[in-house]
Amino acid sequence: MKRNILILTAVVFLSVSAGIFAFEPLWQKISDFRPWRLGLDLSGGTYLVYQIDLSKVEIRDRESAVNGIRDVIERRVNLFGVSEPRVYTETVGGESRLVVELAGIKDVNEAIRMIGETPFLDFREVVEIKDSEKATSTLGFASAGLDGRYLKTARIGFDNITRRPAVLLEFNNQGAEFFSQLTERNIGKPLAIFLDNELISSPVVNEKIAGGQAQITGLNLEEAKLLVQRFNAGALPAPISLINQQTVSAGLGSDSLQKAVWAGVTGTLAIILFMLLYYRIFGIFSALALLMYVALTLAIFKILPITMTLAGIAGFILSIGMAVDANILVFERTKEELKKGLLKAAAIEEGFRRAWSSIRDSNIATLITSFILYYFTSSFVKGFALTLFIGVLISMFSAITITRTLLRTFIKND
Amino acid sequence: MIDVIGKRKIFLGVSGLLVSASLILILVFGFRQGIDLVGGTEWRLRFFEKVDENSLNQVLKDIAGAANFSVLINNEEFVVRLHPLNEEEHQRYRLHLEEKFGQFEELSFSAIGPTIGRELRQRAVWAIILVLAGISLYIIFAFRKASREIKSWKYGLITMATLFHDVAIPAGLIVLLGVWKGVQIDTNFIVALLVVMGFSVHDTIVVFDRIREKLMINRNQKAVLADLINQSVNETLARSINTSLTLILVLAVMVFIGPPSLFYFVLTILVGTIVGTYSSIFVASPLLYLWRPKDLPK
Repeated sequence: MKRNILILTAVVFLSVSAGIFAFEPLWQKISDFRPWRLGLDLSGGTYLVYQIDLSKVEIRDRESAVNGIRDVIERRVNLFGVSEPRVYTETVGGESRLVVELAGIKDVNEAIRMIGETPFLDFREVVEIKDSEKATSTLGFASAGLDGRYLKTARIGFDNITRRPAVLLEFNNQGAEFFSQLTERNIGKPLAIFLDNELISSPVVNEKIAGGQAQITGLNLEEAKLLVQRFNAGALPAPISLINQQTVSAGLGSDSLQKAVWAGVTGTLAIILFMLLYYRIFGIFSALALLMYVALTLAIFKILPITMTLAGIAGFILSIGMAVDANILVFERTKEELKKGLLKAAAIEEGFRRAWSSIRDSNIATLITSFILYYFTSSFVKGFALTLFIGVLISMFSAITITRTLLRTFIKND
Repeated sequence: MIDVIGKRKIFLGVSGLLVSASLILILVFGFRQGIDLVGGTEWRLRFFEKVDENSLNQVLKDIAGAANFSVLINNEEFVVRLHPLNEEEHQRYRLHLEEKFGQFEELSFSAIGPTIGRELRQRAVWAIILVLAGISLYIIFAFRKASREIKSWKYGLITMATLFHDVAIPAGLIVLLGVWKGVQIDTNFIVALLVVMGFSVHDTIVVFDRIREKLMINRNQKAVLADLINQSVNETLARSINTSLTLILVLAVMVFIGPPSLFYFVLTILVGTIVGTYSSIFVASPLLYLWRPKDLPK
């Protein structure tokens, strides 16, 4: 019976390997379905953290301001042509931060230079630039001196008469004054609105507007909402300042990755060797269980997906070192029960039963540690806590179910 | 058969010595803090042409001022540490260095402002306290059905003492390395300490479990506590050593062929694990014995 099972296992193993070998494109497709996500310290790239100064922004406008800034910065970042840039906001201790992750970017300081500017909103008049020599004139834009500083708020509204969406602007007192003069000068002409030196709108001025309130029409709802967000980002100036910058070159990244993977493989083999030497037959089962554990855990990491950082790989390798502990506890206890005279199958059951409390308590201690690690550290180290946590959970499962099933299947009282 | 209780004075003495030595080192020399804890710039460069350390130091002194810079050599790499640079300064220094020393490869550049550093320091302290307390409290809970001789809270508190012992010694080692080789601590170091705590408690649990089981079984007999504890330790010896050995194997491999940036991180965990194994076998049980109720037979 045992012999048959061994032969069966060998055949299955051979078939699967042959299949993978023969149908390589299929294997590649399956693997690429969910590619590995590598952290910046493994792929190379830049990690930037900006502090958003919301001190001059009213509480109710803060969320809108932060989102507005996020959108503007994302727009700027997308111009670099970096694959999958990530721009997101973080709140730390009551303060808002903007995080920009650029993988594999070539010119970091150019990126920083372009990002570093607070979204800037300004109004410009259309003027004629007379070229005295050529006696021609072209149209250009001249700054009207009215910019985001003077804008109090921007809101979505609906035109009273046409019921179409409109962006309602409200200037502060000084702004209202400027605006009044500006509109008076430009009746019948378009007034250009620039955000970050890019023309976003140029409504035609119909009449002098004295009340400091203006309305921009001719947009659909989406455009209007976007404009309001951008206005608030520019209108409620929230300066951003760079507080953290980390760059890792792609060369260093791939070198670290290679070394980490090799260390992981070698470490796993070392453990398997040890288990085989010390525990012999039992060792074979724990080796099998370990390999299954590694495959299972890596697959889960890939599917979730978890972004693998260097620290994350370290956490996983550590969990491999621990995964086999449960087996050791069970085997030792089983040896004791065998000495007491129990039959093989019963000794194994008793071994599992008695060892369980130690296994459970040890792993919970590690889970507590990873849990606290996760919430108390930042970014790169979070990866470590996460892989350790998941690794320990899966190893508990694998030790108890996989090893026990293997043992139950193959060991009979003899 | 190891007489842990009989020779407890020796074992506890050695531990006490090491812990005191570590604490003294920490107090006297302090930790050299990395840039993620105090802010600063860390710049790793690999020059294409040979560069002499002294001339690099001199140039840096000229452009960055004499204060706050250090240059370590790690194979062909230079690790330059400065005050926090803004991007403009970064580029300016880069051009300057290129002029003086030719082309170089910028392996990594990190500029961290002091605010983040302060945050991380605070969080680090909290994390250590929470893990220490969390694990000890969990032990008290897990051992709630303990016998009269050793109440559950004793298991918990002894665990806390052992964990403290297990992190103090690697910390002392790092201070020593800091003095000798300029090794700095960073968030990774804190993580390493936390990991040591989380792991070294494993074999302590194994021994305590056995002691508890034996006490339960021998409840109605006139068993001698010292003998019970000695037997427990010896019976679980193989377990303690082997579970730690698998971890030590993996850590040793990482230390020798793993990525160099993780070297001190893994080293700290390795030292902590070895110390932790020693403490579970030779320190935790004697402490339990020392703390027994006075009315027990010796």
